[in-house]
Parts: sequence; C-alpha cells; structure tokens
Amino acid sequence: MTTTDSPQRPARPGGHAERAPARRRRRGTTERGFNRVFRWIATGAGAFILAILAAVALFLLVRAWPALTASEDELSDAVGRIPEGTSLLEFVGPLIFGTLLAALLALALATPVAMGIGLFISHYAPPRLAQVLGYLVDLLAAIPSVVYGLWGFLVLAPVLRPVWFWLGDNLGWFPLFAGQVSATGKVLATVSVVLAVMILPIITAVSREVFLQTPKLHEEAALALGATRWEVIRVAVLPFGRSGVISAAMLGLGRALGETMAVLMIISPGFLVYSLEILAASQHNTIAAYIALDFAEASGLAVNALIATGLALFLITMAVNMTARAIVARRKEFSGAN
Amino acid sequence: MAQRIDVNDMNIYYGDFLAVEGVSMTIDPKSVTAFIGPSGCGKTTFLRTLNRMHEVTPGARVEGSVELEGVDLYGDDIDPVAVRRNIGMVFQRPNPFPTMSIRDNVLAGVKLNNRKMSKSDQDELVEGSLRGANLWNEVKDRLEKPGSGLSGGQQQRLCIARTIAVKPQVVLMDEPCSALDPISTLAIEDLIQELKKDFTIVIVTHNMQQAARVSDRTAFFNIAGTGKPGRLIEMNDTATIFSSPAEKATEDYVSGRFG
Repeated sequence: MTTTDSPQRPARPGGHAERAPARRRRRGTTERGFNRVFRWIATGAGAFILAILAAVALFLLVRAWPALTASEDELSDAVGRIPEGTSLLEFVGPLIFGTLLAALLALALATPVAMGIGLFISHYAPPRLAQVLGYLVDLLAAIPSVVYGLWGFLVLAPVLRPVWFWLGDNLGWFPLFAGQVSATGKVLATVSVVLAVMILPIITAVSREVFLQTPKLHEEAALALGATRWEVIRVAVLPFGRSGVISAAMLGLGRALGETMAVLMIISPGFLVYSLEILAASQHNTIAAYIALDFAEASGLAVNALIATGLALFLITMAVNMTARAIVARRKEFSGAN
Repeated sequence: MAQRIDVNDMNIYYGDFLAVEGVSMTIDPKSVTAFIGPSGCGKTTFLRTLNRMHEVTPGARVEGSVELEGVDLYGDDIDPVAVRRNIGMVFQRPNPFPTMSIRDNVLAGVKLNNRKMSKSDQDELVEGSLRGANLWNEVKDRLEKPGSGLSGGQQQRLCIARTIAVKPQVVLMDEPCSALDPISTLAIEDLIQELKKDFTIVIVTHNMQQAARVSDRTAFFNIAGTGKPGRLIEMNDTATIFSSPAEKATEDYVSGRFG
C-alpha cells in the first residue's frame, strides 16, 4: 500500500481508497519522487558513459585526421621515426603487433596462475589462509606501475636473463625464442612477465569471486556422483565460472594493452619490424609506451600521428572487449543463467 | 545391486552442536524406507550421513557407524568418494549440470568413474538410464539440448537417471518432490516403485501421504525443542506406523495433531 502506485490508481472497491488519509498520499508522492530522481540518476549515469566514450572517440578521430590524410612525405618530414616512403599504416602496424603480442603473452602467463590461485582460495585453502592470501593478491594491485617498471628493469631483467639464454639455446627452433638473445634482458619477454604480474590481481580477484558463487547444489550433485575434489571443480565449478573467467581475462587484457610506464621503462624499443623474437633486443614496442616516449618532443603533425596511434589502441581495446562479450554470450543457454 | 544398511548409535554434530542423537536402524535391501518428521528434526542431516555427504559441511562430524553389507562406511580405510559412488543421492531441488546436455548429464557420473567407454556403450547406458527414470520418450529427440531447459519434474527425473547410471547399491532421496507439481510428483512416485526392484531406496519426505504411498517401512524422527538434538522415535512397517504406532508422538504426528 505504501508503494508508488496508490495515488494514481482508480479507487479500489471496498471503500479503502476513499478513506486513504492525506498522510499516506504524501508519503506516496515522496517515494514516487525518489523513484523519479533515482531513475534520472541511473539513466544519467548510463548516458554519461556513452557521452564520454563518444567524446573520446571524437577527439581521437578529429585530432588524428591530419595524420591519417597526410602524404608520406609530410609524415616522414614531421616524424623523425618514419623514414621516407613509409605510410602511417606501415609504421603503426608493428606497434599494434607489439602491443598485442606483449598483452597476449602476459595473458597466457597470468590466466592459468590466476585461476589456480582463485581455485586454491575458493576450494582448497583453509578459511584463514584463504583470507590472507586474497588480501595479499589484492595488495599486488595497489603497487604503482612505475614501481613495477623499476622492479622489472632493476631486478627481473637480470634475473630472467639466464632463463632467456637457456630458452634461446635449447628451444631456439621455436619461433618465439629464435634470434639473438639480448644480453640485457630488456626484451618483450621480460615485459610480458611484468605485465602478467600486473594483471594477476584483477584476474585472480574476479575468478575467485566467480568460483565462490558456484551453486552448492551443483557441487553436491557432483559429489553425490562420487566426484573427487578436482572432479567437482572440473564438472561444476569451472563450467559455471567459465564466462566469469573470460571476463576477468579480458579485464586483464585491457590493462595489459594500455600499460605504459612499466613497458616504457623495461623495453629497449624497436620500430618498423614485425618480429616474433621476444628474446631479442630492439624488436618491439607497444603503442602506449611509444606515445609516452615521443609525446614530450612532438609538435604539429607529429602529435597528430601519435594520436592516430592512440586511435588504433582505442579500436583494439574495443574489439577485444566486444570479442569477449561475444564469447560469453555464445553459449548462454548452457551458462546456468536460466 | 541392492544392499542392506545397518546404522549403530549414530550421533551427528555440526561443530559442537549435537544435531541428531543415538540413531540405530536397519534398512532392508530392495525396499523403500521413508523418513518423516517435523522440520529441523534431523531427517535430512541423517540421510546425508548415509553417503558421507554430511561431512562436506565445514565442522560437521559423526560418531557411530553405518555399515553397508557389514562394511563400516566410516572406517579408516574407506574413501568417501567410493562411498558416494555406491550410494547415490537425489536432492530436494533438481540440479542437472547446467552447462551439460541431457546426454552428458546422464553420463557425468560414469565419465568420472570410468573414462574409457565406447560410443555405443554410452548410447546404451543413456537410453537405459533415461528409460529407467521414465524420461526417455520425452527427451530422446533432444539429447544434445541443455538439461536446464527441461521442466522441473523432468529435471528431477534426469537427476535420477544420472544417479542410477552409475549403478549404485542405494539411492538416497532428499524430499525429491518438494519442488514439483502433483503430476510430476506422481511420476516420481511411480518411478520409485520401479526403482525398488533394483535398488535400496531411502526417501526423506514432508508429505505423509507420500510416505504412506511409496514406502515399505517408515521411520519417524522428532525433536524435543529448539536446540535439542533430533531422535529416531519409531521405525516400523509403513502400515503399522500409519494405523497403530507404538508411540504417542508418532500418532499425534501422523494424525495431523501437530507438525
């Protein structure tokens, strides 16, 4: 009776509505007012996101336009890194490739580990240990990326150097490990390891939450069929958490794609080559690191060229997110949502 | 494929809380035994100790023994996983695995126990189990569709098919019809009569008419008050329990005077 509809509804039989006191009506209108305000806030927030997205896209497009339409000569005159006779696409392509390669490697390293930690916390660890562990993983997310960069540069690169040499010597036939192994360790492989550590917390936190939400009913169904703990996870927990883990991985991928500082500090950059040799020096760079590297000294058309590169990153990130949603949606009828 | 269960002086705890006290009973093979009693009296808790599902709850433990054909299920060298493979369970709410097709749901338990199985053996087992659960005719054309797309009653029969597909000795049913409409309930009750030819069946039910309809023997559980442990008051042939029970409390309950 105290809900929003009472003032508008026609009088109900039984004389109840006729006697409805003024106070109730006032409370009704107030609640309706809250409803309306809340709807505005919610709608506004939704529209705001769209507006921001549109504004960013528009900014990138408008400011990138001069570089997109400039001739090759104009570009190579304005941007020192672009040699004569090279189009913008030929320049940006390797950067896109480097960005994707670093991010995907990081994802490949981080996702299994994150799922393992998530499962350990949700299904294996004793409650107290689980709590501490969850807290520690969350702390990893609080470390600034500059610190990750310093750590990768000063600690991880020297530590990983012998590992990369070993890989180059023994598994050199594998395309990723081919080529001259860098003596400094400041290569894309090291960057990927640092990125993996950086995206570990978000993937772990989301997977852990998803695994914890597995319905007891499904876990017990598996147990009652004589499943061991691992089989319960395989039959009930992982299928239930699948879409959640994919979303988590995509969140991580988004962060890895856009990470700037750590990459910039660690990698010895290379341009204009498509190279799979992640152990070799000066083969790759990522878009974000490149923009940060050159932005301070850029002017005129060079700024537009950098923004055009940023536009490419924006489009990649958007494509990644859409792909993730498509994957999650594809098997919806098997997801347990119904 | 049907074995006898002997329970000796079972005390069941959640942490320090004694939930069920001093239960001893014998459950005959190839029969239907019903547990009745008011809510919170420990019927379901006791049922879950029969296949060691109780100990899945953190802090839960038992004292006493449950013997399946003379083998103590709580013995030191007994693996609870093996116990559950022999004693299957059907739950209150239908719980087919939502990510699996109907066919995979039926095969889920078998795939856990025995990985290698030819396609034709699998087909045979799926058909046999679904027929055993009176579901084959309704789903034979959509075995690859998700199990969660079935109606509640069909889902519950799918769960029964999944349980009998692993060929257990005993099937425990925890209020299997409480989430179902009367027609589906009837279908399950008919099925129970079929199943008792091959399995020992124990069913917990809130519905006394159901206990009277499906079971051969009935056990009445009761609780003295909140916080007190549940106890087995009386166990006898179903006809006796419902016509001339020995205990006053049983008579009050089955005649609807309380509970």
